[in-house]
Amino acid sequence: MQTQVLIIGAGATGTGIFRDLALRGVECMLIEQRDVNAGASGGNHGLLHSGARYVSTDPHSANECKVEGDIIKEFAPHCIENTGGLFVAVKGDDDEYIKQFPINCEKAGVPCREVSPEEALELEPNLNPDVIAAYEVEDASIDPFKLSLENVADAEAHGGVYKRYMKLLGFNKEGGKITGARVVNTRTGEESVIEAEQVVNATGAWAANVAEMAGAKIGMTYAKGSLLVTLSRLNHRVINRLRPPGDGDILVPGGTVSVLGTTSVRVHDLDNVAPSIDEINRNIDQGAQMVPALDTCRYVRAYAGVRPLVQLGEASSDRAASRGYALIGHEEENLENFITITGGKLTTYRLMAERCADLVCNRLKVDAPCLTRGTVLPDYVQTEWAEPSILTKREWMRRHNSEDYLLCECEIVPKSAVDTILDSFGEGEKPGIQAVGLRSRVGKGSCQGAFCGARIAAHMYDRGLFDGNEGVESMRDFLSKRWKGQRPILWDAQFNQAELKEALYFGLLNLEMD
Amino acid sequence: MSNLPVTERDLFVVGTGIAGMSAAVYAANRGLSVSQAGSTGEIVFSSGLFDVMAVHPVEEKKLWDNPWEAMAAVSADMPNHPYARVTRDDVEKAYGELFDFLSKFGLHYRMEKEANCKVLTPIGTEKTTWAVPATMWAGVEAFKKNAPALLIDFKGLREFSAKQVATTIGDKWSNLKTMRLDFPDSASMKPILTGIMAQAMELKETREKLYALIKPHLDGVEAVGVPAILGIYTADEILEEMEKELGVKVFELPTLPASVPGMRLKSLFEGRISTLGVDLKLQHKVFSITPLDDGRYEVTFGVQAPTEKVVAKGVVLATGRFLGGGLFADRHHIVETVMGLPVSQPADREEWHRTDLLDPRGHKVSSAGVEVDSSFQPVDENGNVVHERVYTVGSLLAHQDWMRMKCGTGIAVASSLRAVEAFVAQQ
Ligand SMILES: Cc1cc2nc3c(=O)[nH]c(=O)nc-3n(C[C@H](O)[C@H](O)[C@H](O)COP(=O)(O)OP(=O)(O)OC[C@H]3O[C@@H](n4cnc5c(N)ncnc54)[C@H](O)[C@@H]3O)c2cc1C
Ligand SMILES: Cc1cc2nc3c(=O)[nH]c(=O)nc-3n(C[C@H](O)[C@H](O)[C@H](O)COP(=O)(O)OP(=O)(O)OC[C@H]3O[C@@H](n4cnc5c(N)ncnc54)[C@H](O)[C@@H]3O)c2cc1C
Repeated sequence: MQTQVLIIGAGATGTGIFRDLALRGVECMLIEQRDVNAGASGGNHGLLHSGARYVSTDPHSANECKVEGDIIKEFAPHCIENTGGLFVAVKGDDDEYIKQFPINCEKAGVPCREVSPEEALELEPNLNPDVIAAYEVEDASIDPFKLSLENVADAEAHGGVYKRYMKLLGFNKEGGKITGARVVNTRTGEESVIEAEQVVNATGAWAANVAEMAGAKIGMTYAKGSLLVTLSRLNHRVINRLRPPGDGDILVPGGTVSVLGTTSVRVHDLDNVAPSIDEINRNIDQGAQMVPALDTCRYVRAYAGVRPLVQLGEASSDRAASRGYALIGHEEENLENFITITGGKLTTYRLMAERCADLVCNRLKVDAPCLTRGTVLPDYVQTEWAEPSILTKREWMRRHNSEDYLLCECEIVPKSAVDTILDSFGEGEKPGIQAVGLRSRVGKGSCQGAFCGARIAAHMYDRGLFDGNEGVESMRDFLSKRWKGQRPILWDAQFNQAELKEALYFGLLNLEMD
Repeated sequence: MSNLPVTERDLFVVGTGIAGMSAAVYAANRGLSVSQAGSTGEIVFSSGLFDVMAVHPVEEKKLWDNPWEAMAAVSADMPNHPYARVTRDDVEKAYGELFDFLSKFGLHYRMEKEANCKVLTPIGTEKTTWAVPATMWAGVEAFKKNAPALLIDFKGLREFSAKQVATTIGDKWSNLKTMRLDFPDSASMKPILTGIMAQAMELKETREKLYALIKPHLDGVEAVGVPAILGIYTADEILEEMEKELGVKVFELPTLPASVPGMRLKSLFEGRISTLGVDLKLQHKVFSITPLDDGRYEVTFGVQAPTEKVVAKGVVLATGRFLGGGLFADRHHIVETVMGLPVSQPADREEWHRTDLLDPRGHKVSSAGVEVDSSFQPVDENGNVVHERVYTVGSLLAHQDWMRMKCGTGIAVASSLRAVEAFVAQQ
């Protein structure tokens, strides 16, 4: 296989670069070891930062967020819910921090408006009545799955090639030049080599591993963050705690749910991140100080992501942008066609992609300006079903054609939607149930995948997509992945639901037996 | 509360799952006066398969062909397991009385006494169990012999794909063919559910249309399988008629909940338990059980709030686990919901469930529950009986993982029988 630019990693950053280069007319290929947003981009808070969170610690990043947030709201409105946000302090919070907040916002160029505690409670009735200070900011909520899937779709529409289940194993090198990327298709085990003029390492937390394959060194540490999803939405706006960042101090609404987070725990193993019960308890205990209902409400799942923390220093070149993200040209390690981009935020993904693509084009001597700033991201149908409960049951009953039926009843996902998703896979790509779960609300409702998992397996057998006991394996994989997010929140009704699932899959279906 | 109407009884049974229903049968058979209350019968969730014991040790996934040997091994290895408190005779006698009751009203079970059997599940895996509804037996035998058979599914029935079953079990049942039919008059069914199809199968007209659809496809076929839809009230008769009409063996496969075999049990129990003189209060919840000075118990119950009161000499608690409502988990602890009995449980939530869903050891919390003595009376951590005439039975009991050991119904019936017999003996 051959391409001009090979991008490794299909998170927000890699898919952003993919679209950026494709729009500039550069031939590019994006490879991903698992599937879109398998890393931090699928395990984050979905907050399109106004910047206010960083005004006290990092005003430069704060301003970047403000500027980029405005741009994204312009070109990708369908991926965003423009909720607005509040910063609130409750009795006992640090007065000095509260006093400095509007001053710091002003300095960083991040708009904020003071609101009285009474008004705050009117805006957000679920707030703790002990609110002592509140500010309104321009936060919004963003659907990272939709964003990345749309970026991929638009890049493909402009000639880009995306290969999922394609894992980088290593590089072939001649002197300072990478002559080939050795990859394996994780589904078939087939190995091949991709030749490219430039190679972009957009593998987020895995960036140091990939750089090492190229013979370069990046100092990195990893911080895991865990979050929880409520069964029903508790807030209209993003609610942040007006205090230095800590556990459980941001509640982001989106669609029919709210997401509470996040913790920060050092980790070493990148491939086994799951939210722990202790983190979940801390989020709830802290979050309930802001929004007391968080102590008693129902949660549907928890999840975790890893933030890469790049230690900028001798190992990085002066091209490495400070603050937040790192763009590394690796010239000092005498590599002429390898670039690493990592760190940063979802909110600044477009900027990171632009800077990275600028460097790529510079090296390729391609004179094409970045177009992502103004070009509207089209709304492709194939990602429609990833949105939270896009249909109500009644609406579905009214709209559907008589041959169609629901495969997921909790989240109203019809067979036709599952078919659209399955049809988007090419020959030999072999999607599993998990691939459908990633692109739809399947498995995310209150049955925890118990019924929809089995129905989708049946449907996929009917369509000839599974052979032998592949469907059984796929059910195990799907349920195990869902489990990671369920285990930490198993109490009350969710516990009972988990018991039903076990009774069904183990008690009756013997799924645990080989 | 004190002016509620009061009734006096020998025994009050809390719960209408298999454990509660069988306890009521055993008590009535022994001449006791019985009141019983329970909410929506979770029995409909059950598959209709009656296990004794099949997997032990769980972490080795060791499967036993002989349920009695498996039971003996468990009793020896796990002295706290409910089976360590009963004998094979108890299990057989308990099932025997239950089968007598069921068959009196037309619902028959079949098994090989000394061996477990294998039933195909709706996802094409094999479930090892002991007794199966008579409507499933021909499938057990056909599978064993790799007999030429035809498995039928129905357009629009979402959780049953004949192709899935046949593809998955392909290696072991290579002679199983599949076919998809439009269920007679299914255009008006939305969604198409097995319960609705089973209701329709009670009509002769529907059945004849179905037979006509199947008949042209029976060349070289010895047995015909369908998802469990052969009626709710007269399944065994429908099976007989269908075998006669088609001239081949006919069998059902279990389906996902809510399943028709579960509905059959539920409707039979609920409709016929009164013939034994049991006073069943369906959709009633027990709110309190208070020991009286004379050694009896005052039980209050009602639909939304306590509206009735029974004073009983003994109480059987068959309230199930979390799904049934007998246990409840908050963010930190597990409690028994009706009497606040001590619950044996892991120290904190971190230990409840393993990080891997498929951890071969199973989850520690699956063994949480109420500790009992050999008469199935609840005991505290020092082994002392908590209430003189209260008995806990069924899945509420600690130290069993019925889902992985495949012993749910066996424990339910055997513990119920022993509890009732202990109560009679103690009177
Ligand atoms: C808990 C948490 C909460 C966050 N909340 C927010 C927020 O609210 N707002 C915000 O703006 N930002 C937030 N962030 C930050 C944001 O999520 C990340 O900055 C962003 O998602 C990083 O994207 P990425 O594409 O660089 O990395 P990733 O999304 O991690 O993508 C890297 C990809 O590379 C792939 N890969 C790795 N190795 C290989 C290989 N050998 N071969 C092929 N592919 C490989 C991985 O599978 C992965 O898909 C949060 C982060 C965390 C952890
Ligand atoms: C999906 C599924 C598949 C299964 N498959 C099999 C199988 O293949 N083989 C097998 O042997 N077993 C199987 N079982 C297990 C079996 O059906 C029973 O769950 C088991 O035998 C234990 O039943 P139980 O009567 O103890 O509890 P449950 O069936 O849980 O019944 C508890 C009862 O107590 C009632 N209750 C609770 N609290 C109160 C209160 N306060 N007042 C009044 N009533 C109350 C509930 O309403 C309910 O009626 C399956 C179960 C499920 C859920």
